[in-house]
This record gives sequence, structure tokens and C-alpha cells, in this order.
Amino acid sequence: MKLMHKPWRWALLAGLGTMLSLASHALTAEQAHAMAAADDAEQRAQAIHEAVMDPAAQADGGRLAAYLAALANDEVRVAGGKAFVLSGDGASDPVTGAPAALPADAEEVVSNNYLRGVVDSARAVLALGSGDVQARREAAALLAAEPDAARLPLIEKALAGETDAQVKALLERNRAASLLDSGDRRQRLKAVELLARTQTPETQLLLNQRLADESDPAVKKAIQTALARIADALAWGERMGAIFSGLSLGSVLLLAALGLAITYGLMGVINMAHGELIMIGAYATYLVQVLFQRWLPAALFDWYLVVALPVAFAAAALVGAVLERGVIRFLYGRPLETLLATFGISLVLQQTVRSLFGAQNVGVENPSWMSGGVALLPNLTLPYNRIAIIAFALAVLGAVAFLIARTRLGLFVRGVTQNRAMASCVGVNTARTDTYAFALGAGLAGLAGCALSQIGNVGPDLGQNYIVDSFLVVVLGGVGQLAGTVYAALGLGVLSKLLEGWTGAVLAKIAVLLFIVVFIQKRPQGIFALKGRSVEA
Amino acid sequence: MTAANTPSRAIALPAPAPLLGRRGWALCLGALLVICALAPALNLLLPEGHALHLSDYLIGILGKFMCYAIVALAIDLIWGYTGILSLGHGLFFALGGYVMGMHLMREAAGPGALPAFMGFLDWKELPWHWALSDSFVATVLLVFLLPGAVAGLFGYFAFRSRIKGVYFSIITQALTYAAMLLFFRNETGLGGNNGFTGFATVLGHSLNTRAMHVLLFVLSGLALLGCFLFSRWLIRSKYGRVLQAVRDAESRTMFCGYDPLPYKLSVWVISAMMCGLAGALYVPQVGIINPSEMSVGNSIEMAVWTAVGGRASLIGPIVGAFAVNGAKSWLTVAAPEYWLYVLGMLFIVVTLFMPGGLIRLPEQMRQWRERRRAQARPSSPPAAPARPAVTPPMKGARA
Repeated sequence: MKLMHKPWRWALLAGLGTMLSLASHALTAEQAHAMAAADDAEQRAQAIHEAVMDPAAQADGGRLAAYLAALANDEVRVAGGKAFVLSGDGASDPVTGAPAALPADAEEVVSNNYLRGVVDSARAVLALGSGDVQARREAAALLAAEPDAARLPLIEKALAGETDAQVKALLERNRAASLLDSGDRRQRLKAVELLARTQTPETQLLLNQRLADESDPAVKKAIQTALARIADALAWGERMGAIFSGLSLGSVLLLAALGLAITYGLMGVINMAHGELIMIGAYATYLVQVLFQRWLPAALFDWYLVVALPVAFAAAALVGAVLERGVIRFLYGRPLETLLATFGISLVLQQTVRSLFGAQNVGVENPSWMSGGVALLPNLTLPYNRIAIIAFALAVLGAVAFLIARTRLGLFVRGVTQNRAMASCVGVNTARTDTYAFALGAGLAGLAGCALSQIGNVGPDLGQNYIVDSFLVVVLGGVGQLAGTVYAALGLGVLSKLLEGWTGAVLAKIAVLLFIVVFIQKRPQGIFALKGRSVEA
Repeated sequence: MTAANTPSRAIALPAPAPLLGRRGWALCLGALLVICALAPALNLLLPEGHALHLSDYLIGILGKFMCYAIVALAIDLIWGYTGILSLGHGLFFALGGYVMGMHLMREAAGPGALPAFMGFLDWKELPWHWALSDSFVATVLLVFLLPGAVAGLFGYFAFRSRIKGVYFSIITQALTYAAMLLFFRNETGLGGNNGFTGFATVLGHSLNTRAMHVLLFVLSGLALLGCFLFSRWLIRSKYGRVLQAVRDAESRTMFCGYDPLPYKLSVWVISAMMCGLAGALYVPQVGIINPSEMSVGNSIEMAVWTAVGGRASLIGPIVGAFAVNGAKSWLTVAAPEYWLYVLGMLFIVVTLFMPGGLIRLPEQMRQWRERRRAQARPSSPPAAPARPAVTPPMKGARA
């Protein structure tokens, strides 16, 4: 394929082709043989090129296309100066399509990568005349990746009859790219102007390549201006991309930390098993997905997430309730001891998952509506799964805020948090409230796991990857502060993605961790400090 | 044993307790003998098949455990006696190990040559932080000074802004995590994720002889004994009493005119230095050091050795380190998939049912039996006023 990128090669071949000027009518037996078995790769490429550029060959009802397809699939044999196409048990003649007996001494045609590239782009050129829009789009994209001055007339012709906007844009870029190598400087200037309009990394590359070979000062200047414009546009795309991925990372952190904000922030329990509750949510999603694949029709598969969400919530909440009843309730008011006990729980849960599902990651597939994305700028595409996570995080946040601020359970949780004895006196069942609150925190972790299974690996180590981050978010945000958690999560997400573009992922992570360490020095209680006497208690 | 010899004071202070009782000294002497004479003799002099022969494997593993015991002791100083739970001692342990590892790498490479892994990275000269690594004396000093300096810098800022309790634990965790990420990078010049390995000699003597293994074992044992006596002396002194006062009621200690900052900071630095020493002794025995020593789980596991053995006692952490690691060595061979269950259950059981750890288990059982007996015979006069379930020191740790 590498050879294809050298435009001079095609140009040379085209020149040779016109000089030799073989007979120009429909695909001939000689042509077919030359395409398959000329002396060397160059001559075969030339033969293929000629056949494609030959208007008569294109008009012979798809024979040439079929023959090229056979070449691409290694279904061509040669014997005695004739080519044969394998078909079923026997063989056929590439020119007439009639069945033919394959001679015993027929040799296989071996094509190297360079020739395969030639055949592919030849097929693409033919496909430009196809009636199917999708086929034309694919062909145009393939050709646009390898601009070539020799194909200009064909491209012009295809452009004249083209109606689809996408194909048209691709072909125009192709034409401009081909014109870049033109000997006429006016043509080159026009090409630069055209290319500057489509501000993509590909055109940037094309212009940069041309700039290296360009001798004409005016063209050189035009290329430099165009490059500056493209770089400008691309920089914006990159910046916005960084902010978007920062927001998406932030919403992931938010989801992972929301449950913790309840168990740690409100209840004062250091739940080191929080990461494993996230993992349980992810594995619950995986199980639902497997059930859908196995028992339900494929058409329903896209809906498995709708079922997985409540299942993940319920599974994690159940485990959380059991933990609270079994272990945590004996440790209220002793945060460091809950830390150790829940770390033990996290080890047990990890090993359990390893025993049940194996130590390898399991595959969770995205529903089809999550694949793909919205292209905003040439180099800025927002993937649907990331957008879905941001929306989901906002929805969960809203639900939690509503639950804490507006419902009876939320009222009880706040009451028990602020003054357990008084809440108990006025008739709140504090033990039950604790269980519910902890189960809620765990369930939120389960929801986070369901969301995370859509963008990352699901394995026994899943929880470990998020636990440090989620604790930092809660600590940074300020204990007991939902708003603080939100600011801290989004802030950390955007900050680390912006730093990442500048220093690389690992150094960015280190910088963020050190930033938090320093920040906590300045504001030991987080962004939003609790005020009043309950702080020290 | 002597009475206070300055009766001029208005209030007669109780006599400072002796460092060790007669039994304690006898035990220490016994331990010294076992470490320096008996164990080496059993390993080197007795033939392989003999019933009392101490295998090379056991010598190696016990030497390792003694390094772990030093770490547990260090954590006990800061957690058991000062009430500050550090989740970052893996960092100090690894720092000591890396300092020693750098020296061993230089020796293995030979004078003037670059360590092998730098050759793979095509580096031409040593990075600046390797400058002192060819000197053994500097290495020994740095084993203490580097972890001490890192701890001092971090601790000064953390304690000055009164970060305590869970905040402190989480911040130390973040620090260790950041350091691990840093050490994983090749650019750091510390071997990336492979760390250091392939040590050959120390001070010109091969590391792979039985005599060297026994020597390292003896050194680790002596270091452990030294750390134990030093810690004991420390907590018996007035300094140690202030530490315990800070643990039990920091504000009250402040109102009595003590500034907790230098106390906390110094014990934090001492603890880090002990960890550095343990790491430096550990590395030549296992022959490798890499950033996974700084993983979050590792540091928490270290705290668990202390908790299992018994916080706020000096024998406890040593017992805990040997018990947990002994169980780990045995189980990871016998039934590797069950080790995490056992370790996890250990965390839960110890925190729920044995807040005093293994070392206070007999006492706990006795109290439990007494309570049962008192309940069974309600007619009998009530037993002596119930003592707190386990000695008060635990309270401070529940900050």
C-alpha cells in the first residue's frame, strides 16, 4: 500500500499508458491476461489502470468489475496466455463470462500488497458509477485517502453527474488534492484554496506534504496561510474535545462518587468496598446482557440497558444492605475501623467475582444506539456513549438531590446525620434509616457500575480503579455536601483532561493528585466546609 | 526502679518505668541468641536432612518477615500510639528499598558503567539523582534520610493545617498512589514498571551465597530488635506519653501547653525512617524492588499486620506481621484462591471482634468468661466494676 502514496508513480504509469496506447475497446483477453500475469507488478498495475481508464471497458456490463473482484479474491488462474476466473467447481472466461475448461497447468495469480492496493482503488473508481449511494460513498472515501492526478478526468466526470453531497465533498477534496500536484501554478493555488475550506487533519497533512516540495513563492505563501487557518480550526476542535472528555470523565467520577457522598459524606462510613459495589453493578449489567443474548430475540437486545439499570441498582443495594446489617452497623462513629473492615469486604467481593466469573475481563456490548457519535467539527466527534453517560449522571444527580431534599427518607437521613439521639427521640427508626441510606449509597454505586460497563473494561479490578478517585472527589468537595461533590467531580475531570493534553496522562494524574494534596492543606474541609459545632464531632 | 531523686518538686512524679523488666531483658537476650547464633548454626552447620535443620527457604522467609515486622512496628508508633492512621507507609518502605536497589544496581553494573536497564533505554549518562548511589555510606544514610525528608515535608504541611483522622489517611493514600504512578514511568530513571532486579554483589561479596543470606537474616533480626528497643524507650519516655496524650485528647493536650505539631511530626518522620530501613534490608533478600510495593492495597495490608497483632503494644505488631505473612506464605501455596478470602475475613473479624488484636486475645477471653460467669450466677455479688472491654488506647484510634 505504501507504494500507492507516491503520486509520481501513477503519473508515470499514466504517461506510459498513453504512449503505448493499446487498443481501446471492451475488456479483451489480452488485457485480462496482462492484468493478471504481466512480467512484473508495474506492468500489471499499468494494465489495470488502462482497463479502468478505458471508457469502453467501463461500459461492458460489469465484466471488468467482476474480473477485478476476482483478482482481489485470488480467484484468477492463468494458462497459455489466457486468464480464467474460478467459479464454483469450474472456471469461466473473464471476457465473455462463458464457462471454460481450466487447463491442468493453470497457475495461481499471486498479488502483492501493492497490487492489491491498485486493484482496490481500481474497483473504487468503477464503483463511482454505481447506482447505490452507499457504495459511491465508500468508493469516494477510499479514493480521497489516496489522491492521484492520473484519475482526474474520471473524478471530474463522476463529479459532474454526482448528486449526493457527501460523495461530492469527498470527490471535490480528491480533485483539489490531485490538482495540488498540477504543473500549472494557478491550478495549484485553486487547489490550496479548496483544501483550506475543508479543515481536517487529512488536508493539513496534504498541504504539509505539498509545502515541502513547493518552489513557487506565491503558492508557498498561500499554503502557509491555509495551514495556519486549518491549525487554528483544529486547535479549537481539540480544545473543545478536551473539555468534552473532561466533562465526560467528570460525570464518570460524579457517578462513582455520588454513592460515596451518601455513605461517607452523610453517614461517616469510609466504605473501601465502594469500588466493589460499582463492580457488582457492572457484572449485573453483564449478566442481564448475557440473558438477553441467550433467551430473547436479537431485536430486543438494544433494550437490555433498560432492564440492567434497575437490576444493577437492586443487586448493589442488596449487597449494601447486607453489609450494613452484618458489619457496618457495629462500627458507626469509628471511621478508621470501617475503613479496615470494608477493605476486607472489598477483598472478599473481588475474590468472589474472580471465582464466579474468572479473572479475565468480561465483554459488555454497547447497544447499537450508543455506537457512533455527533460530528461537530472535522476533528471533534462526540461519541453517543459519552453523551449518554453525561446525561445519565445528571439524571441520577437530580434524583438523589430530590430524594435527599424532598422525601421522607431524605428527611430522616438528614435528621439522623445531624443528631442521632434527637432523631431517635422523635420517633425515627435510626437503625432502619441507616440501612436504607447505606443501601441507597450502594445502589448508586451499582448504577455507576452499569454506566461504566459501557465505556470501560469490566473485570475483578474494576473497583480498584475508581476508589481512590472517588474518595478524593468526596474529600475535595467537602464532606456532606452534594454540591461540593458535583463541583469537585466536574472540576477534577476537566482539569485532568486539560492537563493531559499538555503533559500526558500519567503526569496529569500525578499533578492532579498533588493539587488535591495541596488544596486540602489550604482548605482541610473541602471546597464547601461545614460550619458549626458538628464539624469536629 | 529508683525513686524520683528530686524531691524538691511540689508534686512527686512517679518513677519512670524501666525500659524492660527482668523477664523482658531475658527475652531480648534470648531473641538475640536465636537470631545471631542458633538460627545461623541450624542453617549452616546441620546437614540438609537433619530434623533440626533450618532450610534456606525458611531463613529467607523469616528474614523477610522481620523486615515486615519493622514496618508493622513503625505503623504502630504512628497509629497505635499517636492515633494517626497512615495508608502511605508502602511509600517509605519502597523509598528505602529503591535507595538500596540503586546502590546494588551500580555495583552490579561495575564502576563507571550504567545499570543494565538504562542501556535498553539508550541513555548515555546517569540522571542526577543517581549521583550518590555508588557510595555505600551515602546509601546507608539516604536509606534513613530520604524517607525521613519526604515524610517531614509532607507531614509538616499536613499537621500544620491540622489534617487528621480519615482526611490524613486518604491524603497519604493519594500521595502514595501519585508516587507509584511516577515510579512506573521510564523517564523517572528508576527502571519503570520492572523496577530493579539482577543484583549481584554487595560491598564486593556475592548476594547468592548461604553465608550472605544468613548475614542478611541476622542483620534484619538485629534491626528488628533495635527498632523494638528504641520504640519501647521512646514510648516509655515523656515524649511517648505526650504522644499518647495527643492520641487520646489532642485539644486537652494543647490546653496543657503542649504543641502537638513537633510531636506528631517527629514520630511521623521516625516511623518513616524505620520503614526505609526495613525496605533497604528487604530488597537484597528478595532481589527485586518495583513500584507495586507502593500500591494502595499494600499499604493497607501493612496497617492490618499491626491491627491483627494488636495496636498500642509493641510485641503485637511483630506477632501480627509474622502471623499474617506466615498465613499468606502457606495459603498462597496451598490454596491460592482462598488467600484473599482469609485476608478479607481477617480484616473484618479483627475489627469487629478483636479490637485489641491477637496479643490481647487471652485477656479478652478472660473478661468474656468472667462476664459469662457473673451472668450465670446472678445471686453472687457483682464482679469487680467492669473494665473497659479492651484497654483504653483504642479510643484514640477512633478519631
